[in-house]
Amino acid sequence: MNIDGIQNGYVLDHIQAGKAMVIYRYLKLDKLDCSVAIIKNAKSRRMGRKDIIKIDSLIPIDLDILGYIDPNVTVNIIRDENLVEKKRLSLPERVVNVIRCKNPRCITQIEQEIEHVFFLADREKGTYRCLYCETAHKPEDQPDIC
Amino acid sequence: MRHLLDITDCSMEDLDWLMNTADDIIARPGDYATAMSRKKIATLFYEPSTRTRLSFEAAMLELGGSVLGFAEASSSSASKGESISDTVRVVGCYADIIAMRHPREGAPTVAAHFSPVPIINAGDGGHNHPTQTLADLLTIRREKGRLSGLTVGLCGDLQFGRTVHSLINAMSRYPDTRFVLISPEELRIPAYLRDNMVKAGVPFTEVRKLEDVMGTLDILYMTRVQRERFFNEADYVRLKDSYILDPEKMRLARADLCVLHPLPRVNEISHAVDDDPRACYFKQVLYGKYMREALILKLLEAKV
Repeated sequence: MNIDGIQNGYVLDHIQAGKAMVIYRYLKLDKLDCSVAIIKNAKSRRMGRKDIIKIDSLIPIDLDILGYIDPNVTVNIIRDENLVEKKRLSLPERVVNVIRCKNPRCITQIEQEIEHVFFLADREKGTYRCLYCETAHKPEDQPDIC
Repeated sequence: MRHLLDITDCSMEDLDWLMNTADDIIARPGDYATAMSRKKIATLFYEPSTRTRLSFEAAMLELGGSVLGFAEASSSSASKGESISDTVRVVGCYADIIAMRHPREGAPTVAAHFSPVPIINAGDGGHNHPTQTLADLLTIRREKGRLSGLTVGLCGDLQFGRTVHSLINAMSRYPDTRFVLISPEELRIPAYLRDNMVKAGVPFTEVRKLEDVMGTLDILYMTRVQRERFFNEADYVRLKDSYILDPEKMRLARADLCVLHPLPRVNEISHAVDDDPRACYFKQVLYGKYMREALILKLLEAKV
C-alpha cells in the first residue's frame, strides 16, 4: 500500500501523539486482512505532533469507541481515492464493553455476561462513571479495557 | 418510578407522595391493612441484616401481603454460583416485588435490568441505601417540620457509609441545605460526591472535630465505622473509635438538634444519650417501616 493513497477506506487524522497503538488495539485493526498504516509523531501545525492511521478498507468503525479514546480525531472517509466525508468526533454519552470497572467491590467483578457500561459524567474533564457502582474512570486510565 | 435503585430515582413529587402516604399510614393504619392482600415481597439478602430485612417484611405484613426470601447468600442459589440475573428472573415468577441487599456495588442495578418485577435496593456494598434515606427524610420532616434550610452534620465513616451518600444526594435537592462533614482524613466522602456538591453549588465544610461544630447543627447523622467495608483489619481497628457521641458533646448542641443513626450502632453513640429527647434514631426505625410501606404501595401502584 502506498500510504499516501487510499482507494476506499479511512484516514484517522489528528490522533494525539502516542495514542495510535491504543486505537489500533481498541478497533482490533490487527484482525484485518487489508493494509493498515500507522504514522507516529507526524509533524502538525495545530498539534505539534500527531499520529495518523490509514486503513485501506471501509470496515465498520465504532465511532463511540474512537471518540472515547480520543475525541479530537478526524475521520476522513475515502471512496475511489476521493475524500467524501470528514467526521469530527466527541466523547460519547456512554461506552459499552470498552472499559472494565476497577472497583473491587463492583458487581461487574463477579457477575458473568453483563455489559460493562460507563456513562459520561463530566464532559469537561472527560470523566466516565460505571453504571453500576459509579466509580470514576478518567481518560488517563484508558489501558484498562474489556 | 419502576424500581428504586438510587434515591435520585425519586422525583421531588415522588418523595412528597411517599412522605405524605407514610404520614397517612401512621394516622390511619386500618385503611391500609389489606392494600397488598395476595401480594408477595421477596427479600433477597446476600449479606446479613436484621433491621432492614425485618422492616421490609413488617411493612408488607402490615399491608396485608406476605413475604418470602433468604437472609444470607449461603442459603440461596448464589452459593451454587447462580448469577443475579438468573436469580431475579426466577424469583420474579414467585413474588410481586423484590427487596435486595448485596455486598457488591451495583448488584440491584443488574437485577433491575433482568427482573420482571420492581426491584428495591436494600443496600449495595458501600454504594447506596435509598430506603434508609427515605426513613431519614421522613424522620427529619416529622421532627423538624421541614426539609429545607437545615444544617446537616454527617459524622464518622463518610467514605464507605452508603446511607451518608444517599442522604447527601437527597438533601442536596432541598433549598438552603448546608452540610458539615465530620470524619477522619481516611474516611472522607468519595471525590465524586464532593464534585457533585460543588457542581450543584451546595455549601459544605469538612472538619475533623465533632465538638467544634456541635452548636451549629440542626441534624447530626452519626454512622458506624463498618468492619465489613475494610480489606485491612489494622485500618479498621485504628479508625473505629474516631467519634463517640456522649452527653458531654450533647451539651454543646442546640436544644432542637435531631440526632439520627441508621443503626446498628456499636459504640459511636453512648447509651447515656438514648434518653435525651434529641435522640431520634429509634423513631427513625419506626418511620423507616412506614416509608417502606409507602414505597411498596407506590411501586405496585396500589389503589388505596
